[in-house]
Amino acid sequence: MSPQLTEAFARLPAYLGGHVAVSVTALLLGLTISLPLALIATRRPALRNVLLAVASVVQTIPSLALLALFYPLLLGLAVLCERLFGAGFSALGFLPSVLALTLYSMLPVLRNTITGLNGVDSAIKEAALGVGMTRRQSLTMVELPLALPVIMAGIRTAAIWVIGAATLSTPIGQTSLGNYIFTGLQTQNWVFVLFGCAAAAAFALAVDQLLALMEVGLSRRKRAWVTAGGLGLLLLTIGALVPTLSHPRATYAIGAKPFTEQYVLAALIEQRLREAGLTATTREGLGSSVIFNALRAGEIDAYVDYSGTIWTNQMHRTDVKPRADVITEMGAWLEREHNIKLLGGLGFENAYALAMPKSRAEALGIRTLADLAGRAQRLSIVGDYEFFGRPEWDAVRKTYGISFREQRQMQSEFMYAAAAHGEVDVIAGYTSDGRIAQFDLMVLDDPRHAIPPYDAALLISPQRINDEALLAALKPLVDAIDVTMMRGANLRASGGDNTSPREAARWLWNEIQRKR
Amino acid sequence: MSLAVIAFENVSKRYGGAAPVLDGVSLEVREREFLAIVGPSGSGKTTLLRLVNRLIDPTEGAVRVEGDDVQSIDAVTLRRRIGYVFQGVGLFPHMTVAENIAITPKLLGWDDARMTARVDTLLDVVRLDRQKYRDRFPTQLSGGEGQRVGVARAIAAEPRIVLMDEPFGALDPLTRDALGEDYRRLHDELGLTSVMITHDMLEALLLADRIAVIRNGRIVAEGTPHALMNGEQDDYVRDLMATPRRQAERLKKLSAP
Repeated sequence: MSPQLTEAFARLPAYLGGHVAVSVTALLLGLTISLPLALIATRRPALRNVLLAVASVVQTIPSLALLALFYPLLLGLAVLCERLFGAGFSALGFLPSVLALTLYSMLPVLRNTITGLNGVDSAIKEAALGVGMTRRQSLTMVELPLALPVIMAGIRTAAIWVIGAATLSTPIGQTSLGNYIFTGLQTQNWVFVLFGCAAAAAFALAVDQLLALMEVGLSRRKRAWVTAGGLGLLLLTIGALVPTLSHPRATYAIGAKPFTEQYVLAALIEQRLREAGLTATTREGLGSSVIFNALRAGEIDAYVDYSGTIWTNQMHRTDVKPRADVITEMGAWLEREHNIKLLGGLGFENAYALAMPKSRAEALGIRTLADLAGRAQRLSIVGDYEFFGRPEWDAVRKTYGISFREQRQMQSEFMYAAAAHGEVDVIAGYTSDGRIAQFDLMVLDDPRHAIPPYDAALLISPQRINDEALLAALKPLVDAIDVTMMRGANLRASGGDNTSPREAARWLWNEIQRKR
Repeated sequence: MSLAVIAFENVSKRYGGAAPVLDGVSLEVREREFLAIVGPSGSGKTTLLRLVNRLIDPTEGAVRVEGDDVQSIDAVTLRRRIGYVFQGVGLFPHMTVAENIAITPKLLGWDDARMTARVDTLLDVVRLDRQKYRDRFPTQLSGGEGQRVGVARAIAAEPRIVLMDEPFGALDPLTRDALGEDYRRLHDELGLTSVMITHDMLEALLLADRIAVIRNGRIVAEGTPHALMNGEQDDYVRDLMATPRRQAERLKKLSAP
């Protein structure tokens, strides 16, 4: 078996456990809300229309956005709770995922239950009353059994939707089979991507078939089939949850944003902690603002952020200062405002930088952003999903007066190859990305310092600022990694040569010790 | 004159501002009587029947069952003591023949042994083979078999009153005739009071003790089959009687020596 596949299987218990926990909870919650609601709505046309309209609107929100929206909402609630009752709750991961997926599960159940009940022949409903049934008896003895196939079809659709959409709960911090997909996509580990898709599909199919078995059992009144289906679902759930529950809970949680360098650094931190005899897990694929809030709330204990990100996103600064000053001011601000400890810079920068193929740049006589400004009207630029909305982009445009013929957004992993193959002229890449060297790209100088420095810096959550064991284990990483080493590790983890971020992290640690 | 088991007292039924479906109907059904209500579609005959077991409540007037105003009786209780045979069968498709027949007894809380025995008796009564039919589903029955089950279900809880809404309308003539005869025999043997709705005057003449003709929400004629065949009537009733009369004449000629 390939090492990637071995690693994929090794992660399966944790990922599947998280996936099952979140999707089963959401489904059960969704059913307990939707089914009674549908029963009430069946006899009240006005309520029915409102419910179906709301559920349909929810369905048109892309599931990723729906999941993302619940995080700030719950974060606000958690803060409010903390103030009012002195005890908050975790706004990261499980709770927002369950709530969003619950909403997502409601439309098919509502719609099918209402349609199914309305579809029962009115002559049959009249016969039910005529033989002396009460309204409730008519519902339970006649209407529900007759509508059952349609209702079950709705439940099965909801199950498949929820299990599918649960893969998207990874960016808000819920471990799921989506971790394979997000990690795999970032590190170009297609085995992971396929494995995650296949595992989610297999789980969805299994649930669907067991529900189908229950449905047939109910309509043919074979109690054994219903029991078998229900038992199957129960065993599947328990079987998936037991490994995660029985596993000793790790003491420390390390966060990682959704890109290769973050996976490598999170793995490196985790390895350092294990080496020091501490248990740690990683929570990968957290969005940029999600991860900072998670650290502030103590839901993760440590992660690596970049000085420029904190400077602009959190401190809302627009001025540009030298690297060292930014670090110092940032450390003071983090401690003062959030009681977060800045353990120190790691020694390299991962800044945004405009880059283009070296040969092309030389042919056009471009070495700096100032040179680029004169040519940009005929060139195209591509950036990640964040870049064009960030203050750096504004600063670059204003400082140099640059405007491009065309600007596009792209998954950052694919930008470098796109530039190398001439599909795009300029990319907004990252200075520590190994592919800059791999694809022979040239980083354009920024003589007027429009782009702030982006020093990688290790942040520690408020509850761990006095945790000597943790601090001692991570101290050796401060000022230990130069940009060449980081590029090397990133290239290994994303080059598709079967090196996982964990292996890349081990390589990086060896390099750190060799240089020392 | 025996007691009026069902009595309509100046009953009207109106929906909104439209013309009334029933307009001041007064009618009595006596104990053990078989009354047929004949009328064209839209005449209000089904409405009249539904008033009896409170599937519909009247706008004006009163309906009495065994002396009591139905408004004073709980609708569910009332329905459980009145048999009802629905137009187009109305069997529950997800229940077996036995379960369909035993539904009202079950609602009344009979024990299983009593229900099983009752189902077997009733299958005999409506001339369906016990072994062959009790576990079948309605989709596995012919139209005639289905309506036999419908009749069995209506009389399962031993009601004294049976209401029938065009019970044999959708059946082929042979089955219809046989079923009609069988029901009439049951009616006599069990001492039932029956009200049957039909648009077929011939069926009414052959089965009923008495016939009420309804048109535009009013009773336009009322009497025994003999009286209707031979008495003087308004134009509509005369038209209605024309076909059976002609058929009778033809048959008489055919069978004359």
